[in-house]
Amino acid sequence: MTDTRVRTAPPVIDWATDFDHTDPVWVDNPFPIWDDLRKRCPVAHSDRFNGVFLPTRAEDIHAIAYDTDHFTSRAVVVSTNVPEAVAPIGGAPPITSDPPFHQHARKILLPAFGPKVIEALRPRVVELCHKLIDDMEGRDVVDGAADYAQSIPPAVIAHMLGLPMEDGDIFRTFIHNTLGNVDAPPEERQAAFGQLDSYLDGHLNDHLENPRDDLITFLQNAEIFGNKLSFEHVRGTIALLMIAGIDTTWSAIGASLFHLASTDSDRARLRNEPQLLPTAVEEFLRAYAPVTMARVVKEDVEISGTVLKEGEWCLLPFPAANRDPEAFVDADQFVIDRAENRHAAFGLGIHRCLGSNLARLELSVAVQVWMERFPDFILEDPSAVTWAPGQVRGPRILPIRVLERA
Amino acid sequence: MRIVIDAEKCQGHNRCYALAPELVDVDDLGMAQVVNGGIVPAGSEDKANLLVANCPEYAISVVE
Repeated sequence: MTDTRVRTAPPVIDWATDFDHTDPVWVDNPFPIWDDLRKRCPVAHSDRFNGVFLPTRAEDIHAIAYDTDHFTSRAVVVSTNVPEAVAPIGGAPPITSDPPFHQHARKILLPAFGPKVIEALRPRVVELCHKLIDDMEGRDVVDGAADYAQSIPPAVIAHMLGLPMEDGDIFRTFIHNTLGNVDAPPEERQAAFGQLDSYLDGHLNDHLENPRDDLITFLQNAEIFGNKLSFEHVRGTIALLMIAGIDTTWSAIGASLFHLASTDSDRARLRNEPQLLPTAVEEFLRAYAPVTMARVVKEDVEISGTVLKEGEWCLLPFPAANRDPEAFVDADQFVIDRAENRHAAFGLGIHRCLGSNLARLELSVAVQVWMERFPDFILEDPSAVTWAPGQVRGPRILPIRVLERA
Repeated sequence: MRIVIDAEKCQGHNRCYALAPELVDVDDLGMAQVVNGGIVPAGSEDKANLLVANCPEYAISVVE
């Protein structure tokens, strides 16, 4: 998807005092920025977005993730305005919920995303990946992002939720408007959320009249403290599962293909040792963790010598934690057989990514099927690769030349 | 050697279950549960240590 709006924010001069996670320099390559800040300013601040803090050390990121006393999750995507307090439930429970409500909203969802339930989806994902590659027949150059990575999660999540499989493009537009476009005026963002709500209202009402075996009906029948969930709670959760279940995973798939296409030694290694896949997948997740979370500071708190001010944003860059040399040996190196890999790609603490098992399944299958069908491939044009801006980072355009088909 | 899981710390990442389902199972909520009281069969000690080293929440330990 192309962002047609002209960027109006000024370029960043000093990342310690004026950083912007939507700046083209960050979007293209954030790693040197984090490495620099970790050494000289472990908690950076910017006046942009009405005030936002940025920790880059693993220790600080961990501490904030666990600290629900000083940080609220009432908003998790940094944008032009800090929303009014709507926790403990929030607009998209449970990601926007705080304790104690959070655990109840989360507990309802956990069984549907457990590893054994998710594993049953494997044949469906395998079939989907093969079909996408079948559709590339006759083309030597394909877009690993648009033609492959971006088509896998929408189909899987649509199936789980009970939304039409053919609505993938509609999902993509919603995701662009909620996760991208964060520097758009508040009224423009509000309108985008309104469109998402009306799309979901139609499907939620249809499910109320015609219940079926999917997550929408499941949530409509679920109860907390003996009461059914409100219409808004169900809609918020479905919006969350759609948005969080798609962009994040396709970013991980795309970044993994990017790495393999641009690193001959790792591509050859995985080709010759396919049993290495589960270990490699965790290293893809560590080194290319797509998701940076955010919190709102609930109460002034000091972290590594910086006082974080109530009411301002705090980014939680788990990808930066995963690159901290204090936490990982050779943190800046991709080590395909890294056996000890305590990465935080799925976050930490009570908000651990609900869909982590689904993401891991989709990523594993996507890479496995790609390698089986395209044993050798390279980046067609490294300078043509573009990355998504904002808090979910993955390749948007990924031209790959297929060198060998199987 | 015995595996101990701190249920207060476990958040259901399932890294342990993915690495060694013979040593760790999961409940309906996806939270880790030791198999056979956590007793590590002879020869699986390295695997058990690997579980400890990969838990993002530091929820797993081994005791002799």
